[in-house]
Amino acid sequence: MAVDETQFHVLAVDDSVIDRKLIERLLKTSSFQVTTVDSGSKALEFLGLNDGNDNDEDVGVNLIITDYCMPGMTGYDLLRRIKKSSCLRDIPVVIMSSENIPSRINRCLEDGAQDFFLKPLQLSDVNKLRPHLMRT
Amino acid sequence: MDLFQLQRRLVDYRASLYHEDFLDEQFSQLQDLQDENNPDFVVEVVTLFFEDSERLLNELAKALEQPIIDFKRVDAHVHQFKGSSSSIGAQRVQKACIAFRNYCEEQNVEGCLKCLQQLRHEYSLVKTKLESMFQLEQQILSAGGSIPM
Repeated sequence: MAVDETQFHVLAVDDSVIDRKLIERLLKTSSFQVTTVDSGSKALEFLGLNDGNDNDEDVGVNLIITDYCMPGMTGYDLLRRIKKSSCLRDIPVVIMSSENIPSRINRCLEDGAQDFFLKPLQLSDVNKLRPHLMRT
Repeated sequence: MDLFQLQRRLVDYRASLYHEDFLDEQFSQLQDLQDENNPDFVVEVVTLFFEDSERLLNELAKALEQPIIDFKRVDAHVHQFKGSSSSIGAQRVQKACIAFRNYCEEQNVEGCLKCLQQLRHEYSLVKTKLESMFQLEQQILSAGGSIPM
């Protein structure tokens, strides 16, 4: 079966089960392939970064969208970890938050996030993702 | 009641939920995401919301029963509740959470307890209303009709 090379794979990270369901539906409606995880550490595991080891595997993720406020590793911590990794740093990261805090938004954008969306996520936000996507 | 009357009743009921601020625009966004390939999407998300809300209400009650209250923990639960209610468009529940967070910040026990009561009340109202709405939808589908937009 031929692989649809235009189908992008998004990794969505959110500790809320409701928001994971919502994000998944929004992304699938826009024809993205979706994997959802409930924490930053699970995201790193999925991406092949276990305990700081940089596996050189191609995980096939074209974009990471993550919630900011999560217990343990925040979305910002996850962003930093990804940007430190030589094999993951080119994957675009988008951050979501329910709180509109300019200093938070600016810090994320300054530290490498491609975009920042306010929750609840809308279809119009998902439509803004395509230009950020990485072609692997 | 015939099919047309049922459909009419649903449209009016839904409108009243928006009018009385039980639901807001975000709920319509959820409905827009439902289609023939995902016909139960709204019920599924709302069911997850019910389960999560009940868990959070229990956690809040426990946290507020402690001899020394950890307001950060209470606030974290309310923050979660605020997020999930916002995601499904349960506006009155979301507003109750906002008020609750203010009392957490002030470390006001009385205020928090009152807010928990209010939150339970608002949650119970929206749960009942959504369940009634889903029941009406089921009746329409069982009668061979389609859900009006």
